[in-house]
Amino acid sequence: MMELMVAIGLGIVTACGLYLILRGRTFPVVLGLSLISYAVNLFILAMGRLVPEAPPIITEEAARYSDPIPQALVLTAIVISFGMTGFLMALAVRTWHQTGSDHVDGAEPKTVGRPAGTS
Amino acid sequence: MNHLLVAPILLPMFTAALLLVLHRAPVVMARSVNAAATLSLFAASVAILTQVESGTPLVYQVGNWPPPFGIVLVADRLSAFLLLLTALLAPPVLLYAAQGWDARARYFHPLFLFQLMGLNGAFLAGDLFNLFVFFEILLIASYCLALQGLVVERLRATLHYAAINIAASSVFLMAVSLLYGITGTLNMAHLAERVALVRTEDVALVRVAGLLLLGVFSIKAALFPLYFWLPALYSNAPAPVAALFSMMTKVGVYAIIRITTLIYGAESGVLMELTSPWLLPIALITLVLGALSAFGAGRLATMTAYLTIASVGTILTAVSIGGAAAFSAGLYYLAHSTLVIALLFLIGDLIGRSRGDMSDQIHPGPQIGRAAGLGLAFLFAGTTVAGVPPLSGFLGKFMLLQSVNGAMAVVPVWTVILATSLLMLVGCARAGSIVLWNVTDPLPSDSAHAPRAGEWTALAALAACSLLLVLFAGPVKHYTDETAAQLLSPDSYIDAVLGPQREGLVRPLQTGGLR
Repeated sequence: MMELMVAIGLGIVTACGLYLILRGRTFPVVLGLSLISYAVNLFILAMGRLVPEAPPIITEEAARYSDPIPQALVLTAIVISFGMTGFLMALAVRTWHQTGSDHVDGAEPKTVGRPAGTS
Repeated sequence: MNHLLVAPILLPMFTAALLLVLHRAPVVMARSVNAAATLSLFAASVAILTQVESGTPLVYQVGNWPPPFGIVLVADRLSAFLLLLTALLAPPVLLYAAQGWDARARYFHPLFLFQLMGLNGAFLAGDLFNLFVFFEILLIASYCLALQGLVVERLRATLHYAAINIAASSVFLMAVSLLYGITGTLNMAHLAERVALVRTEDVALVRVAGLLLLGVFSIKAALFPLYFWLPALYSNAPAPVAALFSMMTKVGVYAIIRITTLIYGAESGVLMELTSPWLLPIALITLVLGALSAFGAGRLATMTAYLTIASVGTILTAVSIGGAAAFSAGLYYLAHSTLVIALLFLIGDLIGRSRGDMSDQIHPGPQIGRAAGLGLAFLFAGTTVAGVPPLSGFLGKFMLLQSVNGAMAVVPVWTVILATSLLMLVGCARAGSIVLWNVTDPLPSDSAHAPRAGEWTALAALAACSLLLVLFAGPVKHYTDETAAQLLSPDSYIDAVLGPQREGLVRPLQTGGLR
């Protein structure tokens, strides 16, 4: 049951992230990329098998253990995606300041029968 | 244990950190420290290459943890070849940048070294997760290098480039953790053994992971249809940075070669040659589109950017044909194209600088200063990249055409390679004759923008490397032949990493499926 819920949750978060990175403004794109990286972090954790209430170390007493390697991988992945998202955010703000547009192409799209800002 | 193998990573890292601390010091000091580090990297790469030539890959166990539990760095012939190529490209690029541009570019020297660290680390990483980490290191350095000056075009191009690469990194992590979830390992040598043993119900998942990895590496290598980030980024980046970036697409190529030969190689049972039905058509389409776009490009830098894409197409055509001869030809072509495309970026920059407002647009404009020297340099680079005999591009393409003999793909490969070579030749001739001969204003522009001695030296060094590839084609071909043979029988790689007696070292395969 837990596996099913985690899988569905990951699917929903990834789908939302995917929707957001296909938007035309930089801020939703940044948000979408962070959502996807959250989903990926949980996915890595799930790939070590979901074992509740088990220590991540092998001891004499522990009957079972949870895999510590995905936890270490997640830690690295979180740090990297945090840094990259921060960088992308700064880049997006700088582009906005310099071009006067927060569109991902750095310029307002030519409006053909659509009011501006509804990309 | 041989500590030499960790030098190509630690040396640039510590030097870059030192240069960050010293960033207020005079630029001459940063230049000399960087030059010392870059030249030492060259020495280290040569030393590694001579040691792996015997055929046994070098393995460095970080922290002395035995594989597959610890992190390993592995240098086989392929890694050593690419390390040396990086170390060969770096000094001329640095020399070119050090002619005054680096004084205006903030943090150029540390970023240059961080980029080298990422490249070297990616070539040496023995497990998929560290491959990911080194990819990120080279990417973050490349974002900052491409942004130098914060011009609007660079901001736009880098925004796209950063967004697509962050998305790609997520996919990379998904594929890596999927492989870990099924096989219980990240070490590439260990994976090579494990994927042959996966249970039948898990085979589909391993295939998914393999194709996800192929997709991610295709973004890095700029393969059709995932190359759209490249032209804007490379053509707007400062010339020395663009020249250094000519190595960056090759990291994607390296990763594709590594996973297709080692993990999804001939010994992986049902997963054998997972990627081959996809790779050849994609590579040929990339080559055609790259050559066509180079032909129609509006600027010299854009033309060179599309030639980069065409070169990736050529190398991966060789990789997807498979077999020792094709791999060998692909590696030779890789070395040639990296050096010559870097050269073209630098020449385009020098030409553009002396044409005032026309810059490097392929459009009639003012007479450039030193037209004879730059014109000859452009003639050399253009004919080499198109593959005119007897230059290095010709040798690479000739070996490739020879290697395909007898294979099913002979007609499409011959047609595409020969037609695109003609296209590239005509494209370069068109660009050269418009920019250099179609002069609207016959007065030579002022000499302030004339190339300096150091810039000539950088051009000469890159051109000399290309000529040496021709003069010493025999030894180079011998080395790439041996590399191809080693790639196609990955046992020596696996034995070197895991040791010959590896039974009992590894924990049993997980029972698969989520508990």
